[in-house]
Amino acid sequence: MTASPATEAMAAASAPAGRGGGLRLLRIGALVAAGLVVLPLLAVVVMAASFSDALPHLWRTVMPQLALNTLLLMAGVGISVIMLGCGAAWLVVRYRFPGHGIMQWALALPLAVPGYLVAFIYTDLLEYAGPVQKALRELFGWQGPRDYYFPEIRSLPGAVMVLSLTLYPYVYLLARVAFMAQSASLLEAARLLGRKPWPAFFAVALPVAWPAVAAGTALALMEVLNDFGVVDFFAVPTFTAGIFDVWLNMNDAAGAAQLALVLLVFTLLLILLERMARRRRRFDTAGPRAAGRGWRLRGWKAALALAACLLPVVLGFVLPVAVLLMHAARFWQESLQQGLMEQLFNTLLLASVVSLTAALLALVLAFAARLDGSATVRGAVRLAGIGYAMPGAMLAVGLLMALAWADGLINDAARAWLGMAPGLLLSGTMFALAHGHVSRFLALALGSIESGLARISPSMEAAARTLGARPAEVLRRVHLPMLRGSVLTALLIVFVDSVKELPMTLLLRPFGFSTLATQTYQFASDEMFEEAALGALFIVMAGIIPLILLVRAMNAPSSQSETARF
Amino acid sequence: MRLVRRVAGRRALLAGLAVVFPVGMAMLAGVMPVQAQPAQQPTAGAGQVVTVYSYRQPFLIRPVLEAFTRRTGIKVRTAFARKGLLERLRAEGENTPADVVITADFARLWALKKAGLLRPVESEVLRKAVPAHLRDEEGQWFGLTKRARIIVAHKDRVKDGEIARYADLAAPHMKGRVCIRSGKHPYNVALFASMIAHDGRDATRDFLKGLKANLARKPQGNDRAQARAIHEGVCDVALLNSYYLGKMATNEKKPEQKEWYGSLKVIFPEAQGRGTHVNISGGAVVKHAKNPQAGQKLLEFMVSEEAQRMYAALNHEYPVRPGVQPSELVRSWGELREDRLPLTEIARRSREAARLVDEVGLDH
Repeated sequence: MTASPATEAMAAASAPAGRGGGLRLLRIGALVAAGLVVLPLLAVVVMAASFSDALPHLWRTVMPQLALNTLLLMAGVGISVIMLGCGAAWLVVRYRFPGHGIMQWALALPLAVPGYLVAFIYTDLLEYAGPVQKALRELFGWQGPRDYYFPEIRSLPGAVMVLSLTLYPYVYLLARVAFMAQSASLLEAARLLGRKPWPAFFAVALPVAWPAVAAGTALALMEVLNDFGVVDFFAVPTFTAGIFDVWLNMNDAAGAAQLALVLLVFTLLLILLERMARRRRRFDTAGPRAAGRGWRLRGWKAALALAACLLPVVLGFVLPVAVLLMHAARFWQESLQQGLMEQLFNTLLLASVVSLTAALLALVLAFAARLDGSATVRGAVRLAGIGYAMPGAMLAVGLLMALAWADGLINDAARAWLGMAPGLLLSGTMFALAHGHVSRFLALALGSIESGLARISPSMEAAARTLGARPAEVLRRVHLPMLRGSVLTALLIVFVDSVKELPMTLLLRPFGFSTLATQTYQFASDEMFEEAALGALFIVMAGIIPLILLVRAMNAPSSQSETARF
Repeated sequence: MRLVRRVAGRRALLAGLAVVFPVGMAMLAGVMPVQAQPAQQPTAGAGQVVTVYSYRQPFLIRPVLEAFTRRTGIKVRTAFARKGLLERLRAEGENTPADVVITADFARLWALKKAGLLRPVESEVLRKAVPAHLRDEEGQWFGLTKRARIIVAHKDRVKDGEIARYADLAAPHMKGRVCIRSGKHPYNVALFASMIAHDGRDATRDFLKGLKANLARKPQGNDRAQARAIHEGVCDVALLNSYYLGKMATNEKKPEQKEWYGSLKVIFPEAQGRGTHVNISGGAVVKHAKNPQAGQKLLEFMVSEEAQRMYAALNHEYPVRPGVQPSELVRSWGELREDRLPLTEIARRSREAARLVDEVGLDH
């Protein structure tokens, strides 16, 4: 006998969270997921617990410089990616102009190119001995470096430029989904009240899209904090460079771990600050979805919009890929000798497993946080997203320690009970590699899915609960379909990043297992970038197709038409 | 009724996932887990495998390893990583599959020994083939090839005799004419450590300050990039590992590097004094090696005459074995009078040297 809707609603409203087997399972799943991801971090904490005088030494000497460089880099990249990402997303969502369809997915393409390769290409192009300056010197008859001024590419601004070009797609992708989902009524209200289009953007659209923009920017900034290849190449010593320096050159793993933890704390503080700033604001949109078609632009306005979109695509993708093609054409034989096809397969396999796992775990974590508001679960979710804030190599070392220790236990037990040692089941196989990638990239999946979840109004849940659905069913039948776009974004971003990932893969891969990234790196690290070009192109190709597929999928109005029924 | 079906459905799904995932992962670990080999190894050569953890690029050592397999029938498996092999070995402990470690410089070997990850090797062959100053006195690591840290100068812009010692890089007449790679790079740190060992800390600090004042640009790029800078006129002198000269001179694919090589002249610093600073690529047997005898055989092979000639010529380095000549190209650069200070003495000062670089702010 079913109770009347009214009493059932009251029961649902007053039921303590966590009632129902599904919910408990979700909560446990979230804690386990967070625990697995946090494992390498714990190992790093253990590493940091030994004595090291690296911190005081650095403090006395180069720390101020490192910290300043890092902060400037973050500020520069942060501002740039917000401008680029939001601007591009806005143009592409709210307006129509020739080429607008292609620009939708083209703007995400720079994500497919590994950052240090872009760094090399631009230094090669713009440095003193490069073609651009050479041509200028011939043109104007300058003889030496003292005859003219040309900005030094290997500098902080140069690093900001390269990093922004490769990282803005994070903001672009998330902002675009947010803008598309924004209610037209908000903007119509703004227009009615007299705001022109651009001021309306700043006053209404941008603030409402803030969670997505913030999430995208946070991801980009964490990449910046963690990056070693680009800043090392550009000779810009940052905090992370300090970590590697202490680790490798001073052979002080404990000191490096301590520094990595300092970096982590700093990152956490930033994230905390940002969340506190938007604590009391609501970002869900209650009205009908925005009209799918934007305002049509004509004439010089259309040309301007197209040019504005083309610029980041050309600089961040077309130009680097063209240079890679050029080099690959000359050196493809050397590259092919190294079993490129097998590496391609390995790369794709790994990336698929990692992205699926990460998306699943992110869903579990995000749902658990949404349904079970307890501090434990929320804390677990926050912790699970931290892997991205740590240098990949440091994470890998921590994971190795933890898994090898577990393997030690397994082997000891096997020796005692079975008389044989099975070998390194965890730390010596692809398990370690996949675990490492997931630990690191879970933040990406979480960011996308959480910002998508934030856009779903709680009234949706309330309505569903009133109609008799249990909490987990609400997730499955109401939230999940609406999150399609976010889940796809999560899958894509993690896939592409996993294909590009390098330092962890180098350290954690089993025997005989190499990926495109490790192969490319072997050449690139010796500044034999020309030989690295073919492998790099494969990496780019492996990333492009998912990228295009995703952006296309995010065009589908299905995620928007759900609410049209209400 | 509906309730039961819904609950069962959900649980079944979750249970299914909980099973599928680990199974899937285990299947993916289809690259066989690395076997810890049983204690009794057949002593016959054929069928054995020796496992190498290498800091050196695979393509640099592969030919020698293949020659080893042809000679002895022992197969070689290699894992290569630029960073973290030491941590890997330490974490793996007794279960490590590694037998031999090959490095690209001696500081790493010294660190491995300090971490207790190596085992001493009793080998007359190795002791005879590797000069005392290029190996560990307790037999825990051995140099396999040698490279000199030389100074290259533009052949026209720098007069003969302007530079004869490392200290001349800090001399006033070199202001604005010097390029180096990062001061924190192990090759440079080793050089500075040798200076501390010879001249003391204060003298080295003064040298570094003078060097910084003479830099034409912030330290950047690798050694070859410095040669390029000299060719392009950015600076006049640079520090280089000797083998880069060989790489540039024989680069068919990138003929512009031959041009860089062509505009340089080679100076062996301190040739009249204490000798030019050298570094080594070296090898050692891992403490928990499952197959230490094969590991020792590998090292002994690598210092044999045949292998020394091949291995050194591959990368344009100097062999360590007395009596084996380096390649003709290497000989054409001049005679190497090397610093005979034991590398362990230098390695002991590495940390101090790295700190000095920080104090002086060489890279900033």
